[in-house]
Order: sequence, then C-alpha cells, then structure tokens
Amino acid sequence: MSDISCRDLCKTFHQGGDTITALDRVCLEIEEGEFVCLSGPSGSGKTTLLNALGGLDTPDSGEIAIGEHRLDGMSRAELADMRLRHIGFVFQSYNLITVLTARENVEFIMQVQGVPARERTRLASGVLAEVGLAGLENRRPAELSGGQQQRVAVARAIATRPALVLADEPTANLDSRSAAQLMDLFVSLNRERGVTFVISTHDARVMRYARRLIGMRDGRIVSDERQQPIAMDI
Amino acid sequence: MNVSWVLAWRNIWRHRRRTWLTVGAMVFCNVLLVFLVSLQLGSYQMMIDGSLAAYTGHIQVQRRGYHDDQHIYQSVPAVMELASSLRSVPGVGEVAARAEAFALASSAQRSFGILLTGVQPGYEPAVSTFPGKVREGRYLQADDAREIVIGALLAQNLKAGVGDELTFIGSGRDGSFAAAVATVVGILDTGLEEVDRSMAQIPLGWFQQVFAMGDAGHSVVIRVPSLEQVGDTAAGLRAALAGRNELVVLDWERLMPGLRQAITSDMASAWFTYGVLVLLVAFSVLNTQLMSVLERTREFGVMLALGMRPAQLARLVGMETLMLAALGLGLGVAGGGLLAAYLSYAGFVYPGVEEMMARFMLGGRIYPQLSPVSLLAGPLTVFLGALLAALYPALRLFRLQPVAAMRAL
Ligand SMILES: Nc1ncnc2c1ncn2[C@@H]1O[C@H](COP(=O)(O)OP(=O)(O)OP(=O)(O)O)[C@@H](O)[C@H]1O
Ligand SMILES: [Mg+2]
Repeated sequence: MSDISCRDLCKTFHQGGDTITALDRVCLEIEEGEFVCLSGPSGSGKTTLLNALGGLDTPDSGEIAIGEHRLDGMSRAELADMRLRHIGFVFQSYNLITVLTARENVEFIMQVQGVPARERTRLASGVLAEVGLAGLENRRPAELSGGQQQRVAVARAIATRPALVLADEPTANLDSRSAAQLMDLFVSLNRERGVTFVISTHDARVMRYARRLIGMRDGRIVSDERQQPIAMDI
Repeated sequence: MNVSWVLAWRNIWRHRRRTWLTVGAMVFCNVLLVFLVSLQLGSYQMMIDGSLAAYTGHIQVQRRGYHDDQHIYQSVPAVMELASSLRSVPGVGEVAARAEAFALASSAQRSFGILLTGVQPGYEPAVSTFPGKVREGRYLQADDAREIVIGALLAQNLKAGVGDELTFIGSGRDGSFAAAVATVVGILDTGLEEVDRSMAQIPLGWFQQVFAMGDAGHSVVIRVPSLEQVGDTAAGLRAALAGRNELVVLDWERLMPGLRQAITSDMASAWFTYGVLVLLVAFSVLNTQLMSVLERTREFGVMLALGMRPAQLARLVGMETLMLAALGLGLGVAGGGLLAAYLSYAGFVYPGVEEMMARFMLGGRIYPQLSPVSLLAGPLTVFLGALLAALYPALRLFRLQPVAAMRAL
C-alpha cells in the first residue's frame, strides 16, 4: 500500500514575473516500511515534494502513485479522503488545534474519520501513551512543551493507522534533546508498526536516523544513498 | 463525546469580549424587539377595544345596505324583539337596539345639525361607554320619555343646559315631517370633539313615534366578552338569522375599516424599523464570524491538510454561529419576556401620545401584550438573520487551499 512512486514530477511557481522551478522532473520510488530523509538547502523543493506526495498540492505534470492509488488526476475531495485515510502529516509547528486538549486533538481527527465515539477515547489514550504522553492527555497545546506538542501531532498522525507519515521539518523548532526523542519515536513507530516515514530536514543530526538519505537541490534529486542509521541503539 | 461541539463552543470563547459584544448586540436587539412588538400588539388591542367599546360594539345587525348608504328607510323591523331574541345566541354578550336620524336641533337662541340616536336606556350602557360619560344631569331612563341627552359642545353651542327644552326637526321614515320637543336631562362629555359637537340621544320608543318608525330601528349592537370571540359569535348570529336575507351581520372590521387600516399602516412602518434593527445585528454577526474565520486561516489549513472537507469546516463555523445565536436568543427572550411581562402588569406611560390615545378612548397607561408572537417573532428573526449572516464567512472556506492556508500568517 505505501509503495510510493513518482515519475517526472514538475512544479513551477510564478512570482512577480519570475518562474520558480520547485520540482524539476523528479522521479522517486519508496518502498513500504522505509525510513527516508529528504535533505537539501532552503528552497530546494523539499516541502513542495512532500506536499505533492501527500496530495496537498497538485504538481503541474508527472505521475504519483501511493500503493494502487494514483494521486494525479484525483479530485480535491478524493485527495482529501486519501489524506484522511492513508497519510499522516506532521508539520513544522503550529499544527495543533489550540483550544482542544491533547486527547481531543487526537479524537477530533478520528471523529472526522468516523471512528465510533466509544472507541475514540480508548484509542486516543492508547496512542498518546505510545508517544510518551500518558498523564498529559488533558493538557492544551499551550500547556505542553514544543517537543510534547510535536508528539501530540505524531499521535494524531498515527491515530488513524496510516501506512505513510510525511513530516516536514518536524524538529525545526525543537531543542536537540526533544528532537532526538521525536526521532526515536519515529524510528520505533517505523520499526514496530511498519509505518513508512518521509521526513524533510536541514538538520544533520536528524539525517543520521535515516536509512535512506535523499538530497535535493534546485528541484532535483541530486543524491540518493542508503546508509546505516548511526543513531540507533540496536 | 462529540469533539465538534466542544471545539465550536471553545472557539466562540477564544475572544471573550468580541463574543459578548456580539451576543450583547443580539440580546439588546431581542429585548427591544420583544418590548416593541408587545407594546405594539398591546396598544392595538387597546385601540380596538377602546374604539369599539365607545359606541360601535363588536358586531352589528343591520338592514342589508344600510352601512354603506345610511337612509332612514333602510330599517330593521321589530328591532327590539330582534335584540331580545339575539340575546339567546351562544357567545353573545350584551345587546342593544338603536335607531338613527339626522336632525336639526334648536334651542331658544340657535340651531345645529345633530346625529340623533334612539337608544334603549336599559341596555345602551352595556354596549357603549357614552352613557357613563354624563357630566351633568343623568342618562336617559324611561323607554318612551320625552327626554334627550346631548354632547357637551353641542350644549355649549346651543347654549342649552339641563332642564332646558330643545326642538328637533327631521324627516320620518315615510318622508313625513318629524318634529318634537325634548327636555335636556343630561350633558355627555366623551372627550371626542366630533361626538360631543353633534351627538344627541333619546329613548328608542319615543324615537320610533317621532320618526314614524313603527317598531323598526337601524341596528342591533352586540358586544362579546373578548375580541377573539367576534368571529365565532358573528358566525353564530349569521346562522341564527339564516332565513332573514334582508339583514346582515357586520363585524368591527366592516363597521370601522379605518381602525384596521390605521393598524396595518402602523405595522408596515414598524416592520421597517424592525427590519433595520435585525439587519444591523446580522451585520455584526457577519463581521464577527468573518474575523474569526480569517484569523484561523492557518488552523483551517492544517485541518484541510489532515483531510477534513471544506464543508466540515463550514459546518463548524455554522455550529459556532448557532451557539452565538442561541445565546442571543435565550438571553434576549428571557430579558425581553421579563421586561414585557412586568410592563404588561404594571403598565407604561408613553409620553407625547396622549392625544392619540384619547382619540382611541384609551387611558394614560399602555399595557404591552406579551404573547408567543410578541415574545418569539423578533428574536427568532434575529436568530435566523444571524445564521444567514454566517453563510458568507462559511462559504469563503470552500475557496481555501490547504497549502496556501497553512502559509498564511
Ligand atoms: N506558494 C509558493 N509561491 C511561490 N513560490 C513558492 C511557493 N512555494 C514554494 N515556492 C518556491 O519554490 C521553491 C521550493 O520551495 P520549497 O518550500 O519546496 O523549498 P524547501 O526545500 O522546503 O525549503 P525550506 O528548507 O526553506 O523549507 C522555492 O524557491 C520557493 O520560493
Ligand atoms: Mg520546506
């Protein structure tokens, strides 16, 4: 299901007469259960690529398939349904609903998915415990640290058991300890649940967690290496 | 637990002051509307009651055609017997027979045109407030005495007082010359200039003799216990008079069309005012909800990214507006209801309209009338207006793209 394949993805932006090529004929295959980091300088197209893979934005041309689902050619509503059921997102920051508690943030997306009310509470508590937030379920985002907030976002992303999680610079606003804890969490979810992760980052410490490191520049993939993840204690 | 409702409820309290200002505007408008509509309906009720109680009554039985063309020969035969028989119709309250004629009244010094009414002294006080307005002397007593009561201004113009004799001249039902001399026994001061200048009443029995009416008269006046019963009672009367095609049963709307018109035109101008009020509140809701949607663009972007549909976001905004509007409705109905209930009990002085009130035979105090209509019509309109006003901000959400929205500040 989570095999990602894209071919010849192109995306340009027009800004005040300039044409910016954010994705330039990107081809990429990612297999189920991989743990991938996208790296590259600012403006190299990491976010644009993640958005395209997640069906948040439509490329100008090219093909994207997630499992048997072809994203190019899907309607807005079909894309929304695809995101809701099959893809988890973690963004850089500000991505929780501030007036809802940790548990409610998780429950809310489950409610949108149609999980029955009785199961929601149980499942939400379970996922929050899994990301290490047992006991903090009833706090609102403002009452949590940045690292804890990102864990809530992770809990929300995996609550619906997606096969693929896309994270766009999830550690950018975290101190190094919280960043390491979040990456550990990603690694263990990848290992225990088999969730495919694609994480964009500038951060060399984050890249060390990846088993596959993809480098981007000017909208193109310039390197694609498999590596032994050093930061893993196994 | 349904998270959407929790979310909607907490969202409206993100900006406490703004929410209270918006709810406050709704409550203020609702209280005002409940008060104004109650006052309006109450004063209409009083206007109708006062006007009809004075003289016209709720229903009259007349000869067909008399109401439009008041000729003395358009008469109701055996009018007093008819009045007695109608007393037994269910729902009929008070009944009195009358006859009317134009005449020239002369005192020793002067002459004036008058509207002379023949009344049943025993029954007239129950259908009209005029007999109670005797300022000097007394009201008529015997059914065939040669007595007359006259309006205060007429008395002044004729320079006639209680005990003086008046001559009146007119033409009888058969076209004959009708004339008689009557002793003034009472002066009526109704407060209505036109009436006080031209009204004179004599006993019906004597009227019939002088104007060659035989046993006939012109109308049977009926008062029912309350305005709501007019329709049913009129229907009962029509059934009772089914065989008598020459007679018609006229209710107050036919008898005094001006009254209904005055109310209708007053209502039209009032609705305009209410409409403006509701519009103002709707715009305040529109403004609040638009701001609240705009400042949450990022958050909505995240929700869209997670796979929510614009329609679900719009529903959230709808739920928030529903809560705001429900608060305004609840508090407004409670506040307005209490105010109107208190005033409907204690009464209320409306400065500057004494003259108009006098014209409709009202006392100095107005009693607003609290009813389901006056309590709910305004606030429910505000409620619907608020929901409609939220449509625009809610519909804007359909244009939102997740990526662009998340990039918004
Ligand atoms: N909505 C947009 N309008 C105009 N240009 C855009 C838009 N989104 C991205 N771009 C441009 O496309 C290029 C790629 O942007 P992208 O955000 O994908 O880079 P990135 O690798 O994620 O950078 P960063 O590391 O700073 O997040 C950049 O030049 C950027 O300015
Ligand atoms: Mg980026």
